Amino acid sequence: MRPILRYLLQRLLQLFPVLLGISGITFALMRLTPGDPAEIMLRADGIKPTYEAIEATRHAMGLDGPVHMQYFHWLYRVLHLDLGHSYSSSRPVFTELMNRSPATVLLTGCSVLAAVLIALPMGIGSALYPGRLLDRMGRVCALLSVSMPSYWLSLLLIYYGAVKLRVFPVMGMDGVSSVILPALTLGFGMAGVYIRLIRSSLLDVLRMPYIKAARAKGLQEWIIITIHALRNALLPSLTLLGVNIAGLLGGSVIVETIFSWPGIGKYAIEAIFAKDYIVIQGYVLWMAVVVVLINLTVDWLHLLLDPRIRLR
Amino acid sequence: MFRTGLFKNNGAKLGAGIVLVFIIAGLFAPWLSPSDPLQIHMEHKLSLPSWQYPLGTDHLGRCVLSRLIYGTRTSLYYSFIVLAIVFAISIPVGLLAGYAGGKIDHLMMRITDILLAFPSLILSLAITAMLGPSMKNLLIAFTAVWWTGYARVIRSMVLQIKERGYITAAKASGTSHVHIILRHILLNAARPILVLASMEVGTIMLSIAGLSFLGLGAQPPTPEWGIMLNDSRAYMQTEPRLMLYPGMVIMVAVLGFNLLGEGLRRSAHDFNSEGK
Repeated sequence: MRPILRYLLQRLLQLFPVLLGISGITFALMRLTPGDPAEIMLRADGIKPTYEAIEATRHAMGLDGPVHMQYFHWLYRVLHLDLGHSYSSSRPVFTELMNRSPATVLLTGCSVLAAVLIALPMGIGSALYPGRLLDRMGRVCALLSVSMPSYWLSLLLIYYGAVKLRVFPVMGMDGVSSVILPALTLGFGMAGVYIRLIRSSLLDVLRMPYIKAARAKGLQEWIIITIHALRNALLPSLTLLGVNIAGLLGGSVIVETIFSWPGIGKYAIEAIFAKDYIVIQGYVLWMAVVVVLINLTVDWLHLLLDPRIRLR
Repeated sequence: MFRTGLFKNNGAKLGAGIVLVFIIAGLFAPWLSPSDPLQIHMEHKLSLPSWQYPLGTDHLGRCVLSRLIYGTRTSLYYSFIVLAIVFAISIPVGLLAGYAGGKIDHLMMRITDILLAFPSLILSLAITAMLGPSMKNLLIAFTAVWWTGYARVIRSMVLQIKERGYITAAKASGTSHVHIILRHILLNAARPILVLASMEVGTIMLSIAGLSFLGLGAQPPTPEWGIMLNDSRAYMQTEPRLMLYPGMVIMVAVLGFNLLGEGLRRSAHDFNSEGK
């Protein structure tokens, strides 16, 4: 286990400059905003602020020092999990993000499940019978999946599933049935790439000598495929799954908005339209940290699943 | 084997055909559209398909077909601009990082590491939000975010090409670095870069229409597919066809570029393996 620990420690150390860079970019984003954040915050109430009030707010927000001091001031607060207060609701951004996470995590989980349920059988089928009907269906399905705009698929599903058939609720989070349509939209969008990826890596693995050995031993075909081949064939998909999960945890902005799903993505869009820059900044920082942590987890899973990496 | 090869080939042909139709529609929009895409006729609003309006009209009585055709122009125009700027940044960066190696390479890769930590859509959303929603700001946001991935891909291409015999030969014969980069490396990377570009047009089109759908890209009354789709939401129950057309057009356009890109990638792959 020693080399694993050393590797993970190394990765953690490499993260340090990345996290510092992330914080720098997030801080700089705030500087892109036209106008003075203190004034914008005070104007959110709809009253024209006095000069004194602006100065006092600037001081309270730590905006009156030189830029590098402002950055350190901000970083200090961020490290204490203080992402500031929303301009529009004046609630702490960190708490708001935490409150909205469960909905997004639920949607992420269900979407991944939908993607796996679509991609795994189709990918395996395509690899076992290349060139046959199932393979062609997999190819068409994969093409549609990457070409279909998620916002259009959402509207179609709402129209047929909720308006016409009245099986599913149109929007919002209300019971099990409400997660199905958004999860299906996101899952189908992801599935295409996995169908092709599982197909090609399974085809590669099935040509390996150890599969021949397993066949020569007289193992049943389904055992060879499920236990011996799939474990290795699914490794490339794992990395991609990490990237996808990270993206979904950012709140699939478009789908959450269309389905009025009370998650992080919808929160971010509302903040964008309300010009609530503090929320946007907090959201971007939050997302970047989530991505970094997920990538680290994926690396660690690779170590667990692929002994060859451990030996290197 | 032969049959699947043919199928792929047909896919590429179909893709090329679709792309050609869209390019023609975009270039000749003023001659092809039956009416003015911006002209409002409240007396004809939400009317069914007719000779005057082949696909009917929207909630403001504007010709749907004309708006779709002009939307092709908007979508292709901005997609190609994004692509051009992204490559104008990522090609020099990738070439330099891959060819020079060492500290320059290390620094550039760390910068891209940091930028890649942000999910691309989210960073572009944030930049658009800070600068204010408009097509120009969307272009800035997209290019600021997307050049990193390409810079990395191009860098790895350069790393491969750099190891080939003719580069060593060129170096040994005293050819200047600039000459090697431009004549030998860039020319040999041009084909895979072109393939990469054709595979990405679809994604860029999807994203532009998506952000316009949210109201963060093109602004009304611009004829744009995402905006049309968003407009149709209010009339979903009574006029579902308004939602079908723009979505269908986006999907077919993206499908065309994806098929073409896939076909090009395969033929480039065959080309490369024949050369070996």
